[in-house]
Amino acid sequence: MTDTTANAVHFETAHGHHDAHHDADHKPGFFARWFMSTNHKDIGTLYLIFAIIAGIIGGAISGLMRAELAEPGIQYLESWVTMSGGAASFDAGLHLWNVLITAHGLIMVFFMVMPAMIGGFGNWFVPIMIGAPDMAFPRMNNISFWLLIPAFLLLLGSTFVPGTAAGNGAGTGWTVYAPLSTSGHQGPAVDMAILSLHLAGASSILGAINFITTIFNMRAPGMTLHKMPLFVWSVLVTAFLLLLSLPVLAGAITMLLTDRNFGTSFFDASGGGDPILYQHLFWFFGHPEVYIMILPGFGIVSQVVATFSRKPVFGYLGMAYAMVAIGVVGFIVWAHHMFTVGMDVNTKMYFTAATMVIAVPTGIKIFSWIATMWGGSMTFQTPMMWALGFIFMFTVGGVTGVVLANGGVDNYMHDTYYVVAHFHSVLSLGAVFGLFAGWYYWFGKMWGRNYNEILGQLHFWIFFIGVNVLFFPMHFLGLDGMPRRYPDYPDAFQGWNEVATTGYMIMALGMVFFFVNIVWSLIAGKKTPDNPWGEGATTLEWTLSSPPPFHQFETLPKVD
Amino acid sequence: MKTLIKIFAAAAALGLMPAGAAAQEANLAQPKQELAAQPQSAGAPRDQISAQSQASPAQPQEVSDPALATPAAEEPSNSQVAQTMLGAGTKPTPGIGQPDGRMGVQDQFTPIGEEAAWFHNVILMPVITVISIFVLILLLYVVIRYRRAAHPIPSRTTHNTLLEVVWTLVPVLILVVIAVPSIKLLANQYSPPKADLTVKVIGNQWYWNYQYPDHGDFELTSNVLSDADAKKRGEPRLLGVDERMVVPAGATVKLIITSNDVIHAFGVPAFWVKLDAVPGRLNETWFKADKPGVYYGQCYELCGARHAYMPIAVEVVPPAQFAAWVASKGGTMPGGAQRASGDETATSPITNPAATAADVTNTSGGSATETSPEPSNIVNAVGTAPVSTQGATNSKRGDSQ
Repeated sequence: MTDTTANAVHFETAHGHHDAHHDADHKPGFFARWFMSTNHKDIGTLYLIFAIIAGIIGGAISGLMRAELAEPGIQYLESWVTMSGGAASFDAGLHLWNVLITAHGLIMVFFMVMPAMIGGFGNWFVPIMIGAPDMAFPRMNNISFWLLIPAFLLLLGSTFVPGTAAGNGAGTGWTVYAPLSTSGHQGPAVDMAILSLHLAGASSILGAINFITTIFNMRAPGMTLHKMPLFVWSVLVTAFLLLLSLPVLAGAITMLLTDRNFGTSFFDASGGGDPILYQHLFWFFGHPEVYIMILPGFGIVSQVVATFSRKPVFGYLGMAYAMVAIGVVGFIVWAHHMFTVGMDVNTKMYFTAATMVIAVPTGIKIFSWIATMWGGSMTFQTPMMWALGFIFMFTVGGVTGVVLANGGVDNYMHDTYYVVAHFHSVLSLGAVFGLFAGWYYWFGKMWGRNYNEILGQLHFWIFFIGVNVLFFPMHFLGLDGMPRRYPDYPDAFQGWNEVATTGYMIMALGMVFFFVNIVWSLIAGKKTPDNPWGEGATTLEWTLSSPPPFHQFETLPKVD
Repeated sequence: MKTLIKIFAAAAALGLMPAGAAAQEANLAQPKQELAAQPQSAGAPRDQISAQSQASPAQPQEVSDPALATPAAEEPSNSQVAQTMLGAGTKPTPGIGQPDGRMGVQDQFTPIGEEAAWFHNVILMPVITVISIFVLILLLYVVIRYRRAAHPIPSRTTHNTLLEVVWTLVPVLILVVIAVPSIKLLANQYSPPKADLTVKVIGNQWYWNYQYPDHGDFELTSNVLSDADAKKRGEPRLLGVDERMVVPAGATVKLIITSNDVIHAFGVPAFWVKLDAVPGRLNETWFKADKPGVYYGQCYELCGARHAYMPIAVEVVPPAQFAAWVASKGGTMPGGAQRASGDETATSPITNPAATAADVTNTSGGSATETSPEPSNIVNAVGTAPVSTQGATNSKRGDSQ
């Protein structure tokens, strides 16, 4: 892929009559730039800052959870109720637990991974990688971001209004199953959580429309679909998943809202409704959602592996269409999240078989990454370490997914810690590793200064050990039968829970290096050249300056 | 690490409680008193707490109240508590029907559980372990072999059709190998033998009801034991309940599961059984457990604040003992006590009900003691083996009287 970098001089000579406003590096004032932005890079930066803040909150909540779970018995919950101004009682403590698990799930899914992957890296690099000056709908891009702010505030605010008689906040789990979320939560907290999801969903739908339009219409001359970098492919597939699945979630939670407030009984058996209908609707969204979280990670890892192996991606078309296949099949496997609701045996057999099929395109991706490295000339800077960690941990999380896919076996594992271990292996060790790979890969490109390699390596190794010590024992807890979403457990589960909490502390220590690295690098990091990674980095962002000009590609690059 | 776990398990078995448990007992005391007001099958006055008047094991909460009222109570005021029998009196066995900190699935005690555990342990686990290790080895190989120092000039290979076909087809074959036993397991799970009895399981926030429609339709309300009570009765904390679901050994038990409020899930790992309790739905599943014992389960679907405090205890007893237990609950055996009378030898997989019943009650140790106050009606209703064994065990715990 060759290219020509746009240059402010070209642009000014072409449109000389408004020169001041067409300077490629002219930036508006602070308020106009950050609050009324139409610039994909600035909006991407906002998304990343937002995701980091949400990640700190969501990660702190998981710290509270691990502290409580470190020992059998209820240690802290009641004192936390008191600290947050509530009247402490045993039930209030237990309800707070449910609020914590709900908030952790919703924050990490909707306000950390999705904004970082799609809003952050997608916004930053999709236009650049396809040689476009910006997103197709810059103002819509801005409202996509700014819808997230009230969404997040509604979710955080919901923890301060009554949920159940036992206390404040929505303790429904991130799945918001009826009737726990309807008759089981009389207070307005769940209404706020639902509206929060509405706003976050609208934000994502608008973003998805924007990405699809941008990718289909704004590719530079010569940038055919089959020449697009795999990260762009991943965002394209993700955007379709968002566009097709989120309206179903919006419908489901709207029905919840009317069940709660306007006397309908979509999910109320006593009025002719069916609580299981909600689960079908939720998981019709929810399963594509897990691919929404992981596919951009696939894309990032493909870029990173190719770059640091100094070799083009092996089996490019297979890689691209494996993602398409995962996206398509991801829509027809949802009921494996509901194997224990009392399903017909034929339905269960179908969902067992369909779910296992996903292992095939996933396997293609794993082996293609390894084949990309095969014969390469590999170096192991921080982004590559995260990508290697991703490939292995995603394999581990993926094979336990094959175990869970079997409806007959899932009878045992369903809603145990085995499931928690499985989805944290693919999310906390998969999606999050993908995020960190992208963060370090593009750090210099985005901020113009090199990250510190030693701190980056320390971050990787400590985090890698930490999350494995944290999540791997959860397989054992699940196999021994420990249910999810329990603040207290039979004493036999103590050992592995202690190990898991130790793992959390190791992971938290690793995160210290992440934050120190940001501060240190932004202040004292060396200036990043256009392409710090050498000949392996072939995508268009490495042809631009670091950071790229405020407006890039005002003369479109040509790709051959 | 494993030894560490074992120590924990041992500590748990000895009833050593972690710090903070005492505080929690105080908290549990209050909710339990509310819950004790739930409708009971046989209503004894709540203040009937003296040891001698523990007429029926149907009222264990009442018994536990005095202990709860003085949380972290001074030790053996437990005469009240220890005297009331849980279920039909079987004592739990560590490592059987309950978690013990192991790294694998619990031991299985149903045919389905054995088949599923075999599928998991013999097929799935080796396959996924081999795949993970295979990927790890490939990664380590490329990392070492193709590091820049060892391989400075990268190749430009980006296609190898044969390789791509292989790594598509081999996973397909592996999945087919997995799918065959998987589908068979599903088919077997959904092909129950003819049911010998039905138990209706009703989830509530936050306790279970068990109804026995084939046995006079009596109903039990099953609440979690407070930490103090569990300790006193030798029950695992957060697993022990005041009313167990008692079923005969070797019988195919049909479970009809539903809920009165939100969704719960009835799960017993040792039986490989888990099914949601959904309001407005009657879900059906089944199990057939041959080995007498106590098998614990928990609620597996988030159901509100006390989700972690509605455990399940299924007690499998020899058929004769089951009949006695049914009678003690005011139920009747179907078909003119066919199961309760001596001819159960014919229908039961257990050849000598009297001897087995004796064995079970003996292994059950102390708690069997207290079958003696209750069986006055059993003697009348059944008049067979289980009661006759009580004397022997009685002496064992005579000191606690």
